Amino acid sequence: MSLAPGIYFLSGNYAVAEGAIMAGCRFFAGYPITPSSELAERMARRLPQVGGIFVQMEDEIASIVTIIGASWGGLKAMTATSGPGFSLMQENIGLAVMMETPIVIVDVQRAGPSTGMPTYIGQGDVMQAKWGSHGQYEIIALSPSTVQECFDLTIRAFNLAERYRVPVIVLMDERLSHLYEKVRVPSPDEIVIIERKRPRSRENFLPFMPDEDLVPPMPPVGEGFRIHATGLTHDERGYPHMDPEVQERLVRRLCDKIRKHADEIIDVDTYAMDDAELAIVTFGSVARPAIRAVKLARENGIKLGLIKLRTIWPFPEKLIEEYATNGVKAFIVAEINYGQIYHVVREAVAGNAKVHLLPKMGGAIHTPDEILDEVVMVKRNAR
Amino acid sequence: MPVKYITEHIWDKYLRKDRLPHIWCPGCGIGSILSAFLMAVDRAGIDLDKLVVVSGIGCTGRVAGYILADSFHTTHGRPIPFAVGLKLARPDLHVVVFSGDGDLVTIGGNHFIHAARRNNDILVILVNNFNYGMTGGQVGATTPENAYTTTTPYGNLEQSFNLPYLAAAAGAVYVARWTSLHVRRLAWSIEEAFHKKGFRFIEVLSQCPTTFGRRNKMPEGIDMLRWFKENCEIRHFEDPKNVAIVLGKKIIVGKFVDIEEPKPTFEEKVWDLIYRLSGGSHGKGK
Repeated sequence: MSLAPGIYFLSGNYAVAEGAIMAGCRFFAGYPITPSSELAERMARRLPQVGGIFVQMEDEIASIVTIIGASWGGLKAMTATSGPGFSLMQENIGLAVMMETPIVIVDVQRAGPSTGMPTYIGQGDVMQAKWGSHGQYEIIALSPSTVQECFDLTIRAFNLAERYRVPVIVLMDERLSHLYEKVRVPSPDEIVIIERKRPRSRENFLPFMPDEDLVPPMPPVGEGFRIHATGLTHDERGYPHMDPEVQERLVRRLCDKIRKHADEIIDVDTYAMDDAELAIVTFGSVARPAIRAVKLARENGIKLGLIKLRTIWPFPEKLIEEYATNGVKAFIVAEINYGQIYHVVREAVAGNAKVHLLPKMGGAIHTPDEILDEVVMVKRNAR
Repeated sequence: MPVKYITEHIWDKYLRKDRLPHIWCPGCGIGSILSAFLMAVDRAGIDLDKLVVVSGIGCTGRVAGYILADSFHTTHGRPIPFAVGLKLARPDLHVVVFSGDGDLVTIGGNHFIHAARRNNDILVILVNNFNYGMTGGQVGATTPENAYTTTTPYGNLEQSFNLPYLAAAAGAVYVARWTSLHVRRLAWSIEEAFHKKGFRFIEVLSQCPTTFGRRNKMPEGIDMLRWFKENCEIRHFEDPKNVAIVLGKKIIVGKFVDIEEPKPTFEEKVWDLIYRLSGGSHGKGK
């Protein structure tokens, strides 16, 4: 069974595992990697109890491909990894996009590049989550910053994956994965669980013919649909088609099914933004010292607010633009990399306000004072 | 005499006719091997609604797209993990991996040995054409030593994989090798393998005149078939360590491994565990 409703003391990794089980995840394939391994360990223990399958694969490439196969087999499926493994998964994220396969990938970010600092925090995979596989496509990436959000956003990740038939990435970080906090597990009737659309009939069914929402119903295997799915450019029958018009239609739809639903997907948490003149934009564990910095700033009469991205992709550019044209004079982007979300914020702000990067290379998290110091500097420069 | 065109084929019912003609070159062996596979499907009485064919990338990788069953054309080297996930989720289906040598044992070699070790319940049909055909005839892990390819213009310096030996060592419960010339024996072998469970492996040597044969003094399909005909020797249950393919020597074909009392499959173990841990509410009968 899923956890009974109540209050639990869980780590971020464990909360993701329990959220997945509550969302209906019944298949996990993974390969051990710090700092995500406890997530796989929890799934190995828990999944068979709830009728689910755990398998440890020979590498991360096998892990993601196996969950794509299991998803076509009708199960909600997940894998979890960290930067090096996430890099290995990129090609097959493209396969899941092209075959329109609902899967959830948890990337517990650590400091990179390469082996980097396996046991310490990083946030350097933000752009890789969006652009890591070749070709043009759109995915969804969510970013929790509390253990409660690890639980809640994992449920949402499965719902979005099923709704849009797309890989959804839960961009965790090391600090959060190992943090223990109180988690309130709701009763099943308090949460909404979304299942993939199924075809209404076998008659004249075309497996890649979208409905009006641009998402095609997903046929089950083994039930006479006799579908073909390929990573090649394909027409609505699923047949390979080397025709630029087919490519145009397919890739446009794969992107638009996410872009045109961005408002439904985007989820941003704001704090003290009503009268803010300065705003911190951040996500993941960095949102925690950022909230403290906002409180300290407010105590000192600085009109600072916080924009916490719970959805990173698609990016809430309209919201940022609205703030930029309605009173926010400067944005401070705090992230544990040397500028990734910073560039997207600049694009959204479009010159209507200043944008400052407050980077860290990894291994440590910003302190509230570091953020506050930067805010003060920006405020002085703004004067 | 009026020309009589053949407009129907006995295996039409198993093919996506709207995808024909296929992409394979004149003289290629994959068509004969596909035909043998369909013959085996027919004889084994497999319900095509319950058959899933998974391919990777390459010439043989196109097989999945022609069979009128649920079929998946995955990324290069990865049909085995795709099949592993699908079979675990749907143990009631026949899951067949049908792909080439470059796909399954060169780029995808790691998945091959681990699925065999785990005894995943999949049937793997590997078409070995000794080179990367679709990309223009480059060397692969199955190219015989000294053979010429576009990336071994002075002859292949590497030793090639002895695939039956590799599969047997990794734990495969059924291992056979045939050629595209042995259509009936191949079909019989595939039919037999359909009735078994666990990791079953059939290597099928295929002529590839276009990119391999013509660089190795066998420019026509018939020349490569003649090579098979004159050099193949059927030796059932030959120790797989003795069946390496070496230019100028006999090609040993036959059934090398067929474990009488098969080990439990990984899927059986997983679902038994689920049955036990879920207190009987999940697992058995799945």
